[in-house]
Amino acid sequence: MKDWTKVATLNDIPPLGSRVVHTTHGEIALFRTSEGEVFALRDKCPHKGGPLSQGIVFGKKVACPLHGWNINLEDGNAVAPDVGCARHYPVKMEGETVYLSLTEDRGQRTEHHEDRR
Amino acid sequence: MKKMKLVMVGNGMAGVRTLEELLKLMPDMYDITVFGAEPYPNYNRIMLSPVLAGEQGIQDIILNDLDWYQQNNITLHLNKKVVRIDRLKKIVYAEDGTEAEYDRLLLATGSNPFILPVPGKDLQGVISYRDIQDTNAMIAAAEKYKHAVVIGGGLLGLEAANGLALRGMDVTVVHILPWLMERQLDQSSSRMLQSSLEAKGLKFLLEKQTQELVGGPDGRVTAVRFKDGSEIPADLLVMAVGIRPNTALAESAGIYCNRGIVVNDTMQTYDPSIYAVGECVSHRGTAYGLVAPLFDMAKVCANHLARMGIARYQGSVTSTKLKVTGIDLFSAGDFTGNDNTDEIVLHDAAGGVYKKLVLQDDKLVGAVMYGDTTDGSWYFQMIRDGKNVAEIRDHLLFGQSHLGNSGHLGQSSAASMPDTMEVCGCNGVCKGVIVKAIKEKGLFTLEDVRKHTKASASCGSCTGLVEQLLASTVGGAYTPALNMTKTMCGCTELTHEEVRQAIDAQKLISIPQVMQALAWSTPNGCASCRPGLNYYVLCAHPRLARDDPQSRFINERAHANIQKDGTFSVIPRMFGGVTTAKDLRRIADVADKYNIPTVKVTGGQRIDLLGVKKEDLPKVWADLDMPSGHAYAKALRTVKTCVGSEWCRFGVQDSTQMGIDLEKQLWKMYAPHKVKIAVSGCPRNCAESGIKDVGVIGVESGWEIYVGGNGGIKTVVAQFLVKVKTHDEVMEYTGAFLQLYREQARYLDRTVHYVERVGLEYVKQQMVEDAANRKALYERLLYALQDEKDPWAKDNVNQREFEALEL
Ligand SMILES: Cc1cc2nc3c(=O)[nH]c(=O)nc-3n(C[C@H](O)[C@H](O)[C@H](O)COP(=O)(O)OP(=O)(O)OC[C@H]3O[C@@H](n4cnc5c(N)ncnc54)[C@H](O)[C@@H]3O)c2cc1C
Ligand code: HEM
Ligand code: SF4
Ligand code: FES
Repeated sequence: MKDWTKVATLNDIPPLGSRVVHTTHGEIALFRTSEGEVFALRDKCPHKGGPLSQGIVFGKKVACPLHGWNINLEDGNAVAPDVGCARHYPVKMEGETVYLSLTEDRGQRTEHHEDRR
Repeated sequence: MKKMKLVMVGNGMAGVRTLEELLKLMPDMYDITVFGAEPYPNYNRIMLSPVLAGEQGIQDIILNDLDWYQQNNITLHLNKKVVRIDRLKKIVYAEDGTEAEYDRLLLATGSNPFILPVPGKDLQGVISYRDIQDTNAMIAAAEKYKHAVVIGGGLLGLEAANGLALRGMDVTVVHILPWLMERQLDQSSSRMLQSSLEAKGLKFLLEKQTQELVGGPDGRVTAVRFKDGSEIPADLLVMAVGIRPNTALAESAGIYCNRGIVVNDTMQTYDPSIYAVGECVSHRGTAYGLVAPLFDMAKVCANHLARMGIARYQGSVTSTKLKVTGIDLFSAGDFTGNDNTDEIVLHDAAGGVYKKLVLQDDKLVGAVMYGDTTDGSWYFQMIRDGKNVAEIRDHLLFGQSHLGNSGHLGQSSAASMPDTMEVCGCNGVCKGVIVKAIKEKGLFTLEDVRKHTKASASCGSCTGLVEQLLASTVGGAYTPALNMTKTMCGCTELTHEEVRQAIDAQKLISIPQVMQALAWSTPNGCASCRPGLNYYVLCAHPRLARDDPQSRFINERAHANIQKDGTFSVIPRMFGGVTTAKDLRRIADVADKYNIPTVKVTGGQRIDLLGVKKEDLPKVWADLDMPSGHAYAKALRTVKTCVGSEWCRFGVQDSTQMGIDLEKQLWKMYAPHKVKIAVSGCPRNCAESGIKDVGVIGVESGWEIYVGGNGGIKTVVAQFLVKVKTHDEVMEYTGAFLQLYREQARYLDRTVHYVERVGLEYVKQQMVEDAANRKALYERLLYALQDEKDPWAKDNVNQREFEALEL
């Protein structure tokens, strides 16, 4: 069972943009793609801790604002050849409502992903 | 639909590169089968030289391991030479009977070493230098025998000789012509090369023709005999006298060959289902023997195999580097010259430096360098671009690096640097790390090196050094990107200019429109093209195109400067660097109220408040109640001024007021990159106008205007544009120049890059000589600025950007 908590509506996040959520686990960044998918990563770049929420979102990636690493939104992994991983949290959508779980995902496919199939 | 079948014969560098390019474009179009005569997966043939020299092992030079073939579902037949093609049935047959059907066939059979037809050529110990097997044979011979003779004083021969000497053999290089590497060097540079190689222990016999190879009773070579009757001992004989395109298979199948498999500009042979790439090819009468052109071919060929059908191969200009550690040599283009060319030569025999540039009609057509090759890539780029060099002719020979680059201790020669020395000051990368990455990861381009090592990925001032390391590590395989035809980014094949033209002509007013009209290959671009496109649409259609904040870098989205800890800095505007007690008091109050940790005076004559939390930004702006300083933006930053005639005893013009007026007019001007202006009240130039994008200097009878200066990574002195009489003329000329830059420069080019690219003469024609055009440019700028708002004004702040959500 996941600890789903409602955090936002889709409208709170600009398309190709992001919002920061203050949580007991520190700051988490919510990202919205052009397709209306939402992803959540810890707001700390695996390189030198840059705030990923402030980056430019494209495709299913975000470019860190500090030194330009590209991070995959789906699993938090840095795009090769850079190596590193930002902690990744599950997100679920019900209609326009966005739910976040603080049970961190360890690399498996995320639930909302399966919802979409 | 059933997949088509693609068969490739020749598992070498050109062929596999073609497959890589194809898989990038169309990963699932073909079932791919590959035949390779060698027992190895694709390896980096040019690294055989460092392997022979003992600097690397075979395992380090594999480019595509077996996993790669498997992951891409490629059926790989190693150690199987294809001996027959049935073009009617479309089947190829290997020696051992393996066969494969094809819809498309790709021939990439490379070339064969040429063997001199002299008696004794089949003796044991006589080998060529082409593949891993040859290299292993040489390494084994070096352990057992003493005397090595290399026939051929070209690139390959010298690299072989150097390697064998390093392995302890006594090596003599025999060359038929009067000087070494005659295809790449002129006589002077060749002599210098010869002496440095002699200092390393190699021996040379020039103008010697081989008559026969003498064998011993055991069938192994023992000596070389020359036409003049003399003889030298040889236990190992390496023939490196040239290569011939390997066309045997193609010819046996009746495919038209003429010193290479003849292909058209799409890399198609005379049989439309058969393509060919690499050294086996003859394109417009030329067969290439270096990697860079082969990679160009691979790209084109892949494009046609993928049925995209838009690329053309139009031949390549090549450059050469000798991969002998410690020797720095570069040549490109036509360096012999003729009646219509001029030469500029520098020859410092004692210092071991030689440079020759060949010019025709004010264009650089060839270059040879020995000892100092820092500027090789720069020259090569100008040769390929056909750039007019009239304006820089008088200092062309001294290169671009004499212009004070900072960040790497003034080092300009990569070869003489120790491995532990730092090349990239920004990211702390030293030479050894870069060279190792190039060799082991098989890197060929500057982009590759930037991605893998981060060297030269930040400020870029060490780019020249990294290019040298690339060039000296991979030899002629490195080709700098063409400056004139730089594509915008990986999302498109179009250049900045083509994109801007289309935005203009087709009236594209939003990023999605541009991406659709120009067939962008990604759904919403990348972090590098989106900010550029946003600027381009806004600049082309002011007051019509809508700004897209999500395509702006965070600094321009939050209107403050992001710092390394994720906080921001805020710089309020102080027009012309002039402030008041009231403003200063307010800044002090804000600093207190928001606990701002650092308050600093900037180089641009204003005050920076550092360490502001993002959530506080709107409140800080509201409390400051001063306009935005745009210190975060690709826009006008500051207009720096001196006190001028109002106070200064030397002043002849009121520079302060001039600066304030310029800044008040231009302060909301976005541009391809940041823009800095300065105004000084007399030629003492206290505001440092000489290193600004636009520098204005007051003189007794008016104002002088300078453009294209830069004070950053690379200090460049601004060039004199024009002298004018009145205040209004300064406004008009400055505005017109900046509008020209705004309309024509590539995103992220400073004015210095723009002026360097188009030439100052062009700028003058456009906006000094052509008064009507100047007025029109200025009008367009004023029109565009009319609608710009202060991003800090309350109504313009997008709260959503600054508020966090709570869980
Ligand atoms: C020692 C050395 C140093 C070099 N240094 C440089 C340098 O510094 N810079 C540079 O730019 N270039 C250099 N080169 C040249 C460069 O390596 C070649 O230009 C490049 O490898 C050619 O690529 P290719 O794919 O056309 O041919 P290859 O890489 O030769 O590949 C052809 C492959 O096809 C196989 N083959 C041929 N016929 C058949 C058949 N019928 N069936 C199956 N397989 C077949 C061959 O065995 C071979 O493996 C160097 C070459 C050598 C040997
Ligand atoms: C992203 C990295 C950079 C940041 C955040 C930055 C920030 C700043 C800031 C805030 C100022 C004060 C400007 C003002 O008063 O408005 C400044 C000044 C300056 N910067 Fe940068 N800068 C950066 C990169 C560069 C680069 C790459 C160069 C060189 C090309 C450069 C050269 C200068 C110079 C010369 C000044 C002094 C300007 C003057 O005297 O008018 N900066 N920079
Ligand atoms: S540039 Fe001339 S006028 Fe301006 S402060 Fe210096 S000396 Fe005075
Ligand atoms: S902190 Fe993200 S790229 Fe450096």
